[in-house]
Amino acid sequence: MSEDTIFFLYDIATYLINGITQGSIYALIALGYTMVYGIIKLINFAHGEFYMIGAFIGFYLITTGMPFVPALLLAMVGSGLVAVIIERVVYRPIRSAGRISALITALGTSLFFQYSGQLILGADPKAFPQAIKVKTYQFGELYITNTQIIIFISTILLMIFLWWLVNKTKIGKAMRATSFDMKAAQLMGIDTNKIISFTFFVGAAFAGAAGVLVGLYYNTVEPMMGLIPGLKAFVAAVLGGIGIIPGAVIGGLVLGIAENLVVGLWVSTYRDAIAFGILILILLFKPAGILGKNKKEKV
Amino acid sequence: MANYSILGLLLATLLFFGCNKEETKTSNSTKTTTTTKKSNDVIRVGAVFAMTGPIATYGQESVNGINLALKKINAENIKGKKIELIVEDNKGEPAESANAVRKLIDIDQVDVILGAVASSNTLAGAPIAQKQKVPLITPASTNEKVTQTGDFISRTCFTDNFQGVVMAKFAAETLKKKKAAIIIDNASDYSKGLSTVFKAEFTKLGGSIIDEYFTYTQKDTDFRSLLRKVKRTNPDVIFLPGYYTEVGLMLKQAKQMGINTPFLGGDGWDSPKLQELAGPEGVKGNYISSHFAADDKDEKVQAFVNDYEKSFGEKPGAMAALGHDGMLVLADALRRADNLDAESIKMAINNTKGFVGVTGAITIDENRNAQKSAVVLETMPSGMAFKQKVNP
Repeated sequence: MSEDTIFFLYDIATYLINGITQGSIYALIALGYTMVYGIIKLINFAHGEFYMIGAFIGFYLITTGMPFVPALLLAMVGSGLVAVIIERVVYRPIRSAGRISALITALGTSLFFQYSGQLILGADPKAFPQAIKVKTYQFGELYITNTQIIIFISTILLMIFLWWLVNKTKIGKAMRATSFDMKAAQLMGIDTNKIISFTFFVGAAFAGAAGVLVGLYYNTVEPMMGLIPGLKAFVAAVLGGIGIIPGAVIGGLVLGIAENLVVGLWVSTYRDAIAFGILILILLFKPAGILGKNKKEKV
Repeated sequence: MANYSILGLLLATLLFFGCNKEETKTSNSTKTTTTTKKSNDVIRVGAVFAMTGPIATYGQESVNGINLALKKINAENIKGKKIELIVEDNKGEPAESANAVRKLIDIDQVDVILGAVASSNTLAGAPIAQKQKVPLITPASTNEKVTQTGDFISRTCFTDNFQGVVMAKFAAETLKKKKAAIIIDNASDYSKGLSTVFKAEFTKLGGSIIDEYFTYTQKDTDFRSLLRKVKRTNPDVIFLPGYYTEVGLMLKQAKQMGINTPFLGGDGWDSPKLQELAGPEGVKGNYISSHFAADDKDEKVQAFVNDYEKSFGEKPGAMAALGHDGMLVLADALRRADNLDAESIKMAINNTKGFVGVTGAITIDENRNAQKSAVVLETMPSGMAFKQKVNP
């Protein structure tokens, strides 16, 4: 192989690693979108804000000297609890009011958190404390940081946990039943309200984890940070097939990798345009998403 | 069915976020006719700065600098009068800036306005001041277009063109670099303006610019793939005229990727946040052009730094020095003016020649821009260190 080819391969490997790291984060956020949609057909646009809240909880805990892992877990619990409260106070009362009302409420909740965040926490970006010393490993022309590896491994672990939770536990069975047919599940003695709260909790906890990991990776947190990743995670969820848990993971990774390949091999100005172009193309051929099955919906 | 509703949702979102920006509408102008002319025993100076919001540190520093200058100025009267300062918060937003300028003119009936920092903010307020014939001096907006608004608008800082020239000269002559890559913030006129000038000047001095577009957008956080691409073109210097929020992250990621090429930037880097975001490893060994260096050995500068530290308990940044000088230039013009009507004040401001402030000797040229020196600073983990002074 000529030197150019070798360099090119290193380049591609670098873009793939960056893409997988970024995609893991989209995937973690997308999981919450997809789970909530799967169970009550609500596109929770405030989901990006759970990610922001998680990041800030992590920020304050680590600033006060807590080590990384307990801070990560507490941030997950914290943003999960905020989501449960929001579900109880905001979404549950309007659950029967139709999907558009729910959607608009979700947008309102999202803005509420963004702007009250700016008011309370200040609008300027804050430097995330270095909870873990960054080490760079070099393989030839390839550079990988330990933070990238941590993000990837945490994502894999969380996903295995989720798979186990949904498929192997009693509460997971109840979640699947509620998602399949809420009325029937209720008749079988499942407390669907509790199950929905639990789903919100798990989804937001994952987003919160993503927030802390992002703080660690990019070293910055700010109240508006949930907006763009939230939208992209929504796209990832749709891309993978909304309501399907492995679909969120695949959608997130595809989007992350596509974005980084566009930046690396083409012009970065078109990053979002091309990444979203790919999304439109995939949806043209597979309208239900990569893993989605086309099924006729009864009207 | 499902697909349609998702499309609908997306549309709804787009509409929603589209509307988001225009929250504020003006309503102040209606009061004009009812207020009576205020008494004439003081000179009213309005100040429009971001006291809250994303660039609040810039605004607060500016006002501190102005207040410090005012303390000295008000020790004696100008034409038998004292100066009264009225500060309005523009939150760093153009619409709020326009509101603030209108309020200062209509309600407070100020004689002169100082402000703002961000060029986009000043550009929003300047046309109102021009139309109402109230002189407006911006101490810190560097975009070329600001003073093109009209003859009542002037500035006491240099323009973006000058910064681009300074950094191109520094790269070619002091650092002796030959091959530069330019990374542009696609959403900022400031960034594009600086890069155009840098490109022209660096080529004129015998350097070459890598012929490829490296761009990012404000609020991006992941620059690794972009930096990888830059690295592959083997530049020996990288010009990055952006703001500290993104630049800080980029410097950090660059260091983690083994990029040791020096980065050059403009005054948009000049904030203590840069050190926090980039970390000690990322920040060192890079250079920026700015207005003022707190560790400049110049006597006037050191006196200012001491005064400022005594009053506010922290070291002054560039914006504090610029605000301070803006106020001093204004006071000097008020003293020289034939009388205190808008036309005479304007003439006096525009005729400022060689006024020595802490940011250098200020001469207002025929385009109402200040001709003055710039400083090149080296970014260090502990702050910015004075490197050299460049005269126009």
